[in-house]
Order: sequence, then structure tokens, then C-alpha cells
Amino acid sequence: MTFTNSAELLSFHWVAYTIYAMIILSVVAWFGYNLTRKDAKSVFRIPFYWYIAFLVAGGVGHHIFTYNAIPWVSQDIDRHNITPDAKYEFKIKEHKWIGLPKQIVIQCGQTVEFDVHSEDLVYGFGLFRQDGSMVMQMQVNPGTDVNGILDSNDILWTFNHNGVFDLTSTEYSGPKQYSEDGKDLMLVKNFVKVVGCKENGGKQ
Amino acid sequence: MSFTKNLINGTNFDHESLNALQKVTLRAVVMAFLFYGLVAIEGMIMRMVEVGHIPQNPLPDMFFHPYHFFSIMTVHPIVGIFGSTYQLVFAAFTFLVPYLTKKPLYSVKLANITWLLITIGTALSWIAAFVWQYAPLYTLYWPLPADTHQFNVIGGIVFIIGVALIMVGTLGFIYNIYATIFARVGVHKNKTTKELLISGFGIDGFLNLIHKLQGKQPYSKEPALALPVVAIFRGTVDTFLDALVILGAGILILVYLVFDATGHALDVTAIDALLYKNFFWWGLDLVADGLVLIYVAGSWYLLATLITGQKLFMENVARAALMLELLVSWMVWSHHLLADQGQPEMMKLISGEMVTAFELLTQGLALFITLVTLWKARPLKMTMELKYLLGGLSGFGLAVPAAIIQADMGMNRVLHNTQWIIGAHVHVALIVGLYMTLYSALYVLWPLVTNNTKLYSHKLSNLHFWLHLIGGIGMGAFMGMAGLDGMLRRHLYVDGQFNPDMIYAAIFGSMLLLAWVIFLYNIVMSVGIKGLVGIFLPAKDPTPAYGLDEELQPADDPEFAKN
Repeated sequence: MTFTNSAELLSFHWVAYTIYAMIILSVVAWFGYNLTRKDAKSVFRIPFYWYIAFLVAGGVGHHIFTYNAIPWVSQDIDRHNITPDAKYEFKIKEHKWIGLPKQIVIQCGQTVEFDVHSEDLVYGFGLFRQDGSMVMQMQVNPGTDVNGILDSNDILWTFNHNGVFDLTSTEYSGPKQYSEDGKDLMLVKNFVKVVGCKENGGKQ
Repeated sequence: MSFTKNLINGTNFDHESLNALQKVTLRAVVMAFLFYGLVAIEGMIMRMVEVGHIPQNPLPDMFFHPYHFFSIMTVHPIVGIFGSTYQLVFAAFTFLVPYLTKKPLYSVKLANITWLLITIGTALSWIAAFVWQYAPLYTLYWPLPADTHQFNVIGGIVFIIGVALIMVGTLGFIYNIYATIFARVGVHKNKTTKELLISGFGIDGFLNLIHKLQGKQPYSKEPALALPVVAIFRGTVDTFLDALVILGAGILILVYLVFDATGHALDVTAIDALLYKNFFWWGLDLVADGLVLIYVAGSWYLLATLITGQKLFMENVARAALMLELLVSWMVWSHHLLADQGQPEMMKLISGEMVTAFELLTQGLALFITLVTLWKARPLKMTMELKYLLGGLSGFGLAVPAAIIQADMGMNRVLHNTQWIIGAHVHVALIVGLYMTLYSALYVLWPLVTNNTKLYSHKLSNLHFWLHLIGGIGMGAFMGMAGLDGMLRRHLYVDGQFNPDMIYAAIFGSMLLLAWVIFLYNIVMSVGIKGLVGIFLPAKDPTPAYGLDEELQPADDPEFAKN
């Protein structure tokens, strides 16, 4: 099982967690009901060590599953050894994007590096679909190295589905990110456009 | 009894019969629930803003202003966590530690100073946000709290002084608790500090397990400290470390603000933002992943034994697990920094993912031990305390896995800073998990702290329970769903972009608010306005203990009796 984009992952997550929540609430309700009954018998015994093994397997297995099923995990860890198909570098200062192209057009399957620098505050860098769902995000921390060069906040991303994505800061950097009437001043509509994919994702 | 008589006099509550320990406990409880109401109102205001400018929204336009909105968002956790939760937990433990150790509280005066400092500190922080609209949020990400282009310096100074007072009050609580635990009086007259320390850290439980595996006699047949006291002891270590970190961050911000106010602004780039984040999250996470989980586990164990009247199942394992939880809580902060690309990958992997996953084990263990203890004692009567305990267990059963899922480098990329974490995890953990556990403790302790005051209405208690449970889970669920749809947690949406999720969250949120009104009404009708005022009047009986028949003589500390 491999997720080709975050929309697939989020849908899977929604279903899996909803099922889990229903189970845990039902179990507690059933448990509470049986606590009050004189004739309640154990339906099944949960051996202690199996329960512990289940928790350990759940905690560790979850990460093993996501490492194998979510492609951006290994790509992120190994990003300094991967040559991107394209690289875009820009800055943020006083809640404004500096050096930002009007729109980036990406061919399907391309791996792109975004390197963002902050000159003052902690910001975020996030891409969103037209329905508002998140493609990906990272934090953008300010700071410089010993030579005064701004710190990098870099992320590699491979785009496997067509779409037009908006950009905004995903971290709170003060109320000046917004206009008086509450509009997001860091929102860049249609910042990324991905073309050339099949309808269900993947190269044509 | 008529409504008016009940409102004024309560049922059979007599504040003059309360001793000093009971009164100081109730004072903090009253303040905690008043702050809870404030937090519920703040939450509803923010929720209504997120519902957006729709015709049915009655919220005035001023609340949609970013400065106003984020000022509320800044004080919401300060009032909720410190003003309400801390006070409630501290009140319960200030009563429980002397009660369970059968010793007097070290100092009632210090306990009074504690609730006063936390109350004043919370009020000051709130005033800073309300009057000067100081809004760096509770995360205080450097250098935002020192950004005087966006925020008023005076507001910042008042806010930080408020937080500092809360932390000083917290240190007062810690001192009082440890001084009480280590006092060698009563049952601990012949115990050494070493013995109390070994028991406090759960080492005796661990050694008992080792001895059992080796087929030897137990290291300690009768541990020096009861298990709930061990949990309080252990959780308070994290409370202490957390107070030091928040105080440290507060002093740093204060220095920058004071220099700015005098016209000599300091260079904010002198502080590395990512290093600061690591420092701050290490401390702040000791609240969420340290003291809360440890205190809650201890409270479950206490409640399970009090409700069933039986010994805790696998007590030695529980003691050892509390030690493990403490160690785990010191090493998990990196899960807050999985989206920070400058954070070393090994720290993300080990601290952020692997050690964090241990919380599934420690909390799962606490859940298991509590459930088995209850199960072995069936049939049980479905009392209010049992209902709330089951509610609390459900809350953590939902909220802990929700966090473990997000503490993953793959999931975090699409869930970090979304409503998922603040809704499905934080609000469900706090409102359903923690508060329902605390309500359970409240119903257990109510007869002890109020000298058997009759509760005004059992029906209202039930109504409160269901509204709180359904409201808490429902609100968390719809916030979580909005998060999966891409809604950020520290962001202003004024056009209702995430409706209908936000509308449903607001409906469930209003159930929570209504639940609080019903609870407050029930309590006021039980103790009466006279009684409520009387709680804050000096106690005629200065006894700093509960349930002690004889006066205790200290072993070797003559100063102890003076307090």
C-alpha cells in the first residue's frame, strides 16, 4: 500500500480513526454496562503480556507502516542526497513573501525543492488544494549561520496529481498577517500548478 | 425548601464547620470553575468567529478583528490550563496528600498564597490581552513575544508578570506537597528521607518486580507512600521542571521588553529561534506529556480503589510504570518539531517518534490496570464518580492514539498545526479525559471536603455528565475533521471556509457551555451564596488535615508544627 498524495492519506486516516473511535467508545459503554450486572461474565480474557505486545506493536508498527506507505518520509530524511528537478528559493519578511514567482508550473512526477528563509519571525510554508485540504507544510524558522547567511528551511516534494495549489503561512506570526477585516495577507492564490498527470495520478 | 432559600443557604452546607484545609481546597476549586466558565465562553467566541460572517451568526464584528481574535487565543490556554486545570488539580492534591498520608499539610498559609498567586497571575495575563491586545499565543515562538512592532510593550510586561506569578504559585504548591510528603510525622515518623524518596520514585515497586522474578521475598511489603501519592510525587517533578522553563522563558522575554521600553532595544537574533523552540517545548511538553498523564494515571488508580474499595490490580507494575512515564516525559518534546526542517532527523526519529510512542504503552497500562480493578469488583453501582471515571478513560482512549498518529514524520507533514491536533487530541484529552477524571474526583471528595453536604440535584448532575461528554467528544471530533480538511489551528478564517464542521463544533461547544452553567447552578444551590462567600472567610478550625484523630508529633523537625 502506497499513498501517492496527502489526499489519499487523509481519507484513509479519516476512515481508520473513525472506526477506532467507534470501537473504543463501544467497548467502554459495554464495559460500563457490564460493571453493573451481577451475572456479567468475561467474554474473553486479554492476557496482560499480549496486551502490552499489542501496544508496542501498535506504537512501533504505525511508524514502520507510514515509512513504507508514505513516500515523503524517506525522501525527507534523505533530502540532502537527492538532486531535485527544480529548486525555488525565497524569503519572508514582515509578513510578505519576497522573490516569489507569480506561479510555478510543475510537470507530473517532478521532485521540487522549496527553500524558504525568514528574516524576522517564525512562519510556515504550506500548500493547499482548492478545496482547502493540505498538500504539505513545514515551519520556517528565522536565523543565520556564523557568516550571517539566512538559515535554510527546505523541503522536497514530488507532485503526482494535477492541481492548482494556494500558498500561505501555516504558522502564526502575529495579527499583522491579516487585514483589519480578517483576510489572510500571506495567501497567494494559485501559486503552484501541476500538469501532465493522468486523472487518477501518475505520469501520462 | 424554596428556590430562594436554597440559593442563599444551600442544602445543608455549613461553611463554619470547615477546617482550614477544607476551606483552602474549596477556594481554589471555586476559582478553577470560574476560570473554566471564562474559558468556555472564550472558546465559543473563537468558534463563532470560525463559523464566519453568515447571517445567523450573532457575534459582533469586533470579534473578527485579528488583534481581538488572537488576544483571546493567547489567553484561552493560560486561563484554561493554569487558571482552571492547575488550580483544580492543585486543590485536589493539597487535600489528598495530607488525607492519604495521614499527616497535616505543611502550610495552609502557603496553600492560600498558591491559589491567590495563580488567580492574580491568570487575571493579569488576561488583562494584558484584553486591554493591550498582547497576542503572541501560548507558544511564545521567538522572537514574536518581543516583537514590539506588533505588540504593546506594557501589555507584554503585564502578561509576562502574570505568567511569572502563576509559576511562582506553582512552585509554592510544589514546596507544600514535598514538605508534607517528607515530613516525618505520624505514619512516617520512623521513615528515613531515603525510604520516602525510594517510594516516591517507584523504585520499591520496580525492586518488588525484580524480586518476584528472582523468587525472593518482596523488597517492600508495605511501601512508604500510597500509590496515588507516588503519582503526585512523580508528576510534581515535571511540574517543577516545567515551571522553571516557563519562568526562564518569561525572564528572557521580560528583559527584551524592558530594554525596548527604555529605548535600548536588544538584538532579537541573538537568540536562536529553533534552539529556543527546543528549550520551550521541552518544558511545555512536561505539562502535556508529563504531569497531566502521570497525575491522571494516579487519579485513576485512586478513584478505582475508592470506588471499588479493593486493592489496585498489579500495583507494583503501576508503581514502576509511573517511573517509566516520568523518564519518557523528559524525552518526547521533538514530536512538536517534526515540521521543523532544521531539527536533526535523529531527534525527530528517536524523541519525536519512538520515545513518544512509549506513551501509548504507559497510558495503555494505566487504562488496563484501572479497568481490571473495576472489573474484578463488579457488580458496581453506576454512581456519578464511576460514570465520570469511565468518561475520563474514554477521553484518553480517544485522545492519546490521536496524538501518537500525528507524532509521525509522515502524518505530521499534513496534520501539523491543524485543528486535528487541537481538536481530536488536546480538547478531547483535556475536556473529556482530564476534566471528567477531575469531576469523578470531585464527586468522591465532595462529602469529605464539604462535611457531607447534600448535592442539590442528582438529575442535574446527570444532565451535566451527558452534556459534557457528548459536547466534548462532538466538538473535538468536528474540529478534528476540519483539521483533516486542511483547517489550521492558529489561523483566522472569517468566511466560514470550514463549515459545516465549524457549525457542528459550535453546537457541541455550546453543549459544553450549557453543561458548565448547569454544574455551577447545582453547586451554588448546594452550598448557597452564603456558603460560597463563607468559603473565603477565615476558618475557625485551623486544622491543616482531614481525618486525623490525634495530634501528631513531628519526629525531628520542631519548625514543622509552627506552620
